[in-house]
Amino acid sequence: MKAAVIVFPGSNCDRDMKVALEQAGADVTMVWHKDANLPDNVDLVAVPGGFSFGDYLRCGAIAAQSPVCQAVVDHAKRGGYALGVCNGFQVLTETGLLPGALMRNGALKFVSKTVGLQVVTSNSDFTNGYNAGDILQIPVAHHDGNYFANDALLEVLQGDDRIAFTYETPINGSRADIAGVLSENRRVLGMMPHPERAIDPLHPSTDGQAMFRALVDGLVNA
Amino acid sequence: MKARVHVMLKNGVLDPQGEAVKHALGTLGFEGVDGVRQGKIIELDLADGTSEATVTEMCEKLLANTVIESYQIEIAL
Repeated sequence: MKAAVIVFPGSNCDRDMKVALEQAGADVTMVWHKDANLPDNVDLVAVPGGFSFGDYLRCGAIAAQSPVCQAVVDHAKRGGYALGVCNGFQVLTETGLLPGALMRNGALKFVSKTVGLQVVTSNSDFTNGYNAGDILQIPVAHHDGNYFANDALLEVLQGDDRIAFTYETPINGSRADIAGVLSENRRVLGMMPHPERAIDPLHPSTDGQAMFRALVDGLVNA
Repeated sequence: MKARVHVMLKNGVLDPQGEAVKHALGTLGFEGVDGVRQGKIIELDLADGTSEATVTEMCEKLLANTVIESYQIEIAL
């Protein structure tokens, strides 16, 4: 399974993402934001966490206009898989691949801690290594993770089972405690928590491993 | 020519920063502040003849996130 990790100026979770994907068995290429093309036959594009372009204008807004993001959008529109974590989630909402928006945390504070993350659906290639209702221990570290969805969008997300994860207890003011959402075709996932920081015995937990394994195994067999 | 773009959170979108400013004003003893909304102003220095439609396109593509923000364009010749 071939994966690409996008690197923007200000990305800081790109190498962690590479390690997590490689540990699960993926062949990973790092792709600089100025590249207009993804490597041939990439199955999954991961947009990592960090502070791309210093969060100028809005988190993820400048990154979403970079040449590589057009390639990511094209990849996703062809049915390719994409994973956005933290800043990567913000970037994917700014490109329009995922609905809603991520706003400043309700309490205005940067939140950095390991949180209980509830798996809402196992019906995706990202989450089928878990059972719905499982509580994972996954680190979060963000200032702008307050997920906004209007009533109509929330109804669609709930009705179509597209909420992948919710926080066990509220941490940032997100609508319905949403921590991660899936695209309509369930092949694009954006989430604020960092599964790539929960894959090693030295991490707070190894609960993130099952996501990368499910993804890599699923795409190898696809 | 110059254009000034006002970007505000849409009505109905909670503005945590505005709420914090409102709270701070109350703490300072200013009474009767019923609401505060915080936005931003972006000033553009443009080639003469740039159309408002072009500025609108800039807003839609980059300057505002229309999921949560509204914008107003002021053109100053």
